[in-house]
Amino acid sequence: VTEFLHYYFNLPIMAAVFPQLMWGLLITLGLAAVTIVGGLALGLLLAVIRAYRIAPLSFLVVVFVDMFRALPPLVIIILVYFGLPYAGITFSPFWCAAITLILVLAAVAEEIFWAGIVSVDKGQWEAARSTGLNFLLSLVFVITPQGILIVIAPLTNKVISITKNTALASVVAVPELLNAGITAQGVYANPTPLTLVAIMYIALFLPLVQLSNHLESRFHYTR
Amino acid sequence: VPNFVDSFLDINSALTTAPLLWSGLLVTLQLVVMIIPSAIVLGLLIGALRDLKVPVVSQLLRVYVDLMRSFPPLVLLIFLYSGLPFLGIHLSEYATVVLGLTANGAAFFGEIFRAGFASIGKGQREAGLSTGLSRLVTEIVIVMPQGIRKVIPPVASNIIELVKATALGSVLALPELLRTARMAQGMVYDATPLIIAAAVYLLLLWPFVRLLSHLEMRMTLVASK
Repeated sequence: VTEFLHYYFNLPIMAAVFPQLMWGLLITLGLAAVTIVGGLALGLLLAVIRAYRIAPLSFLVVVFVDMFRALPPLVIIILVYFGLPYAGITFSPFWCAAITLILVLAAVAEEIFWAGIVSVDKGQWEAARSTGLNFLLSLVFVITPQGILIVIAPLTNKVISITKNTALASVVAVPELLNAGITAQGVYANPTPLTLVAIMYIALFLPLVQLSNHLESRFHYTR
Repeated sequence: VPNFVDSFLDINSALTTAPLLWSGLLVTLQLVVMIIPSAIVLGLLIGALRDLKVPVVSQLLRVYVDLMRSFPPLVLLIFLYSGLPFLGIHLSEYATVVLGLTANGAAFFGEIFRAGFASIGKGQREAGLSTGLSRLVTEIVIVMPQGIRKVIPPVASNIIELVKATALGSVLALPELLRTARMAQGMVYDATPLIIAAAVYLLLLWPFVRLLSHLEMRMTLVASK
């Protein structure tokens, strides 16, 4: 047991690496914020475009969504980071990860927003249009808000799982939480920093997971 | 344009590295075959035990599921791979990925199945018990088959997520598809192998993503009625 504590819950090491890991956590939070804002905005925009039901545009949206749902995010990050430079396009590691995760979240969010939009009752459309609102205004102010409410539970779920993918940025050397933990583990030749990394992720995501459980159960009750 | 073709779609690069990528694809498929059935079976078990509200076990499983959902699978893999050796436990890259992703996938499947079983009405259970079936048998022959049918879209979605997660093996230098593509890229100095790997993932998963999209749309429409 002492050996176990020495390697996995070494308090002096925890105290020593805490500041570094907090920096890592901040970068993780920054990456998560950029991903969530960018991904949800782009996803909503794509869903609105699809709502116009202009065949070629809808087709392009669906192709985009399918592609980013089928490709592993790590493959996309590697392509952006190691592949695009051959075309003369380079991004910093942070932005490679951010762009990838924004596109991945946008794809998933579009699908969910779209499901929400089409599930709003037709009467709402007719009511909105009859008050003199045009198509776009009806969509933005009447239909979309109701659609978002319908899909809030699955959306929260997906936002959580894609935000967890910020850990993939460690692969392209973004000094986020996991990367900081791995570095610290190397320095101290002790895996305690990884324990602390796991604890920090849990502190960050457990409340969100609980929230999504709560939203899901409420979703079931109201049904 | 010729420059673009040379860098991303070079036929010679494709031919030279094809055998390497093929070996990577085989490892990826092996991982899929090992991980997905075991994660589903464990998930069914977790879902059923939690639905039966077995004292203590049920609470422990809830903690397990919530913890597993709270940190990235990559963190788990790195922990298993580089943390466990300090206790004298050395797992191969392959064993680490299979163990880590099965443990992670089982938690997600467990939560999905639990929700599905919980949605089966009390009347079904009472009917089962009243015919003299025990609680366990009622769960297995009455609740579970109906519950599973209700959660097919999220199960399908989670299967796709798990297949994609096998690419994490590349971080541990396990020579699966993504890792072999990176090795191949180093051999030919262009991005063609990466493009091929991406295309293979697309070919593998696109049909399932399409199918899932249909299932989800149908379920949302039904749910909102």
